[in-house]
Amino acid sequence: MTILNSDVPTARRAALGDRIEQLKRMVEIRAVETRIQKLFADGMVRGSTHLCNGQEAVSVGIARSLDPDDVVTCTYRGHGHALALGANPVQVLGEICGRTVGCAGGLGGSMHLMEASVGLLPTFAIVGAGLPIACGAAMAAKARGTDRVAVAIFGDGSTNIGAFHEALNFAAIRKLPIVFICENNLYGEYSRINLTTPVSDIAVRAASYAMPGVIVDGQDVDAVAKAVTEAVARARKGDGPSLLEMKTYRYSGHSRSDPATYRLPGELDAWMKRDPIDLFAKVLVDEKAIGANDLATMKDSVAKAVDKDADSVLAAPEPDQKEIFAHVSAGSGGEDTRWNFWSKSTSNGHRTATPSAGRQ
Amino acid sequence: MALMRMRQAVMKALDDALAEDPLVIVMGEDVAAAGGPFKVTEGLLEKHGPDRVIDTPISEMGFMGAAVGAAVCGMKPIVEMMFVEFTGVALDQLTTEAATMRYLSRGKFTVPMVMRASAGAGQGFGCQHSQMLDHWFRGTPGLKVCVASGARTVYGLLRSAIEDPDPVVVLEPRVLYGEREEFDVDEKYRIPLGKSETVREGKDVTVLTCGAMTRVVTEAAEKSNASIEVIDMLSLWPWDEAAVTKSVARTGRLVTVEEAPVGTGWGGTVVSTILSHSFGALKAPPHRITLPDAPVPYNGGLEARYLPNAPYVTQQIDALVSTGRSPQAWWKQAS
Repeated sequence: MTILNSDVPTARRAALGDRIEQLKRMVEIRAVETRIQKLFADGMVRGSTHLCNGQEAVSVGIARSLDPDDVVTCTYRGHGHALALGANPVQVLGEICGRTVGCAGGLGGSMHLMEASVGLLPTFAIVGAGLPIACGAAMAAKARGTDRVAVAIFGDGSTNIGAFHEALNFAAIRKLPIVFICENNLYGEYSRINLTTPVSDIAVRAASYAMPGVIVDGQDVDAVAKAVTEAVARARKGDGPSLLEMKTYRYSGHSRSDPATYRLPGELDAWMKRDPIDLFAKVLVDEKAIGANDLATMKDSVAKAVDKDADSVLAAPEPDQKEIFAHVSAGSGGEDTRWNFWSKSTSNGHRTATPSAGRQ
Repeated sequence: MALMRMRQAVMKALDDALAEDPLVIVMGEDVAAAGGPFKVTEGLLEKHGPDRVIDTPISEMGFMGAAVGAAVCGMKPIVEMMFVEFTGVALDQLTTEAATMRYLSRGKFTVPMVMRASAGAGQGFGCQHSQMLDHWFRGTPGLKVCVASGARTVYGLLRSAIEDPDPVVVLEPRVLYGEREEFDVDEKYRIPLGKSETVREGKDVTVLTCGAMTRVVTEAAEKSNASIEVIDMLSLWPWDEAAVTKSVARTGRLVTVEEAPVGTGWGGTVVSTILSHSFGALKAPPHRITLPDAPVPYNGGLEARYLPNAPYVTQQIDALVSTGRSPQAWWKQAS
């Protein structure tokens, strides 16, 4: 079993070309979320935090199907996406604990993870907000003559907000290179989808906007990757947007210590029988890529590494008072490090610039 | 000097920016094929093409958000809100997303976009199409707000706003679009954001105003018994505290003339700052001339009463200067 790991986000992204690394990343996401739960219980996490245990195949399936200079917007349930796209556990845990080593220097928090070098805009804490912004990223990609695409990741709850409908409409009439990816985990905050949404398949909403709507098994990382790869290819070719619906499930409640007592009886157990990590490990065992016991070993070593990362985060400094004023506006303090999307792209769109630093 | 209407100056600013910088795009409802409902974008589509002058659906949240995303990814979008009230359905994208993008990304993702909107009362559009609403944007960290008062200032402010590295709201008093002003456009002309202009010098009282009220105040100043210094604020956020402080230190009196209800007008912030830091310079209480806390009436006579006019402003200022007391607003005076 190969274990390669650099902490540099672009290298972490590139590593996803390897199937074992994909499994390992899913295991890492689970381990980080589990660690966050403990950090929260220990009082190290302020405000709220939104876990994505159970949805790891969606994150990794998307990340392995995109190029690092495609642009991604996603919601506050974004720890898994940030890790999958390339942010490292220190950046993620560091942000959630409000430390300087966090991806936003501890100024953003759990709901605002970002990593420019792999195209992740600060994750959005307002439901639906990222969709119109992804449309703009797609407009810019087109206007600047690249074949880059934008990907908007959001939950089923977002599909009842105006921004979803306005963004799909806008993308469709302008034939933008964008993929809308709904993680339908059956719950919008504390409410089950049947109480809030008149359709059980979000994908049908694509019909109103004359774009393909595809239902995908969100527990199967290969199925996710296949659907995303097809939709991205369509977008890159100039054939316009798609809506993908990932059927998935969140093992945790909405946020913080929500025990999710509103779930249907037996629902969680039924979904856990199709756990995305177990499903993919079985595939890799069947492919003889890993041995029968390798998953257990991997879980153990990843959990240890994440514990070590958490320790280094808790030992890291808190941001200085001057950071309050840095980056409010240009000139308010703080170094100007504007990320220039695609500025050094070659004609095939591949970045030649040096990626930003990873672990600090 | 040539006479230019304010709407022509807006058009010229957009045209020049589009011509100079290939990253500038203009988007909004009916701005391209129709030339804009107030004819401020006429001819831009023909000149710059449909990829740069973009008609959007009636979908303010959608296209405001698209402007934010395009700006993050290297474009310089100029969004038109046909009436500033329409921003209400898109406010999240401006005040929550655009305004915090730089902060949350520690300077990596920035939003060099402009939202320009027609605003204000005086033409009988009724209460949902006649407000200034600068208070929706003012005071939002990361966002700048300015108000034009004619052809020259709209050109100078817009060009600065388009070149600014952060999101800027430019309010264009609709009632001024057809007004003409002597102004020879120099394509290099800019008005720095955050700076005011003294449009008339005086020694008895500093009168701050902006937008369509600037000409009302200028007219009022001519008729007053007092020597009035008129300052056009131009930028409401950040506002020119240094210039206002300096003027008040000289005149000892402060009056604001605001096209805004008492409760939301920009004068509240200005007056509290001056009271706190220039209290010793004041010979009279600061006085705010505002709209009443009521929606804009449709009826022509009522709308004319609702808005401050020159005789009323003169009378209010003269009362303040002669009595040393803040006079009651018209709606509080005994009837």
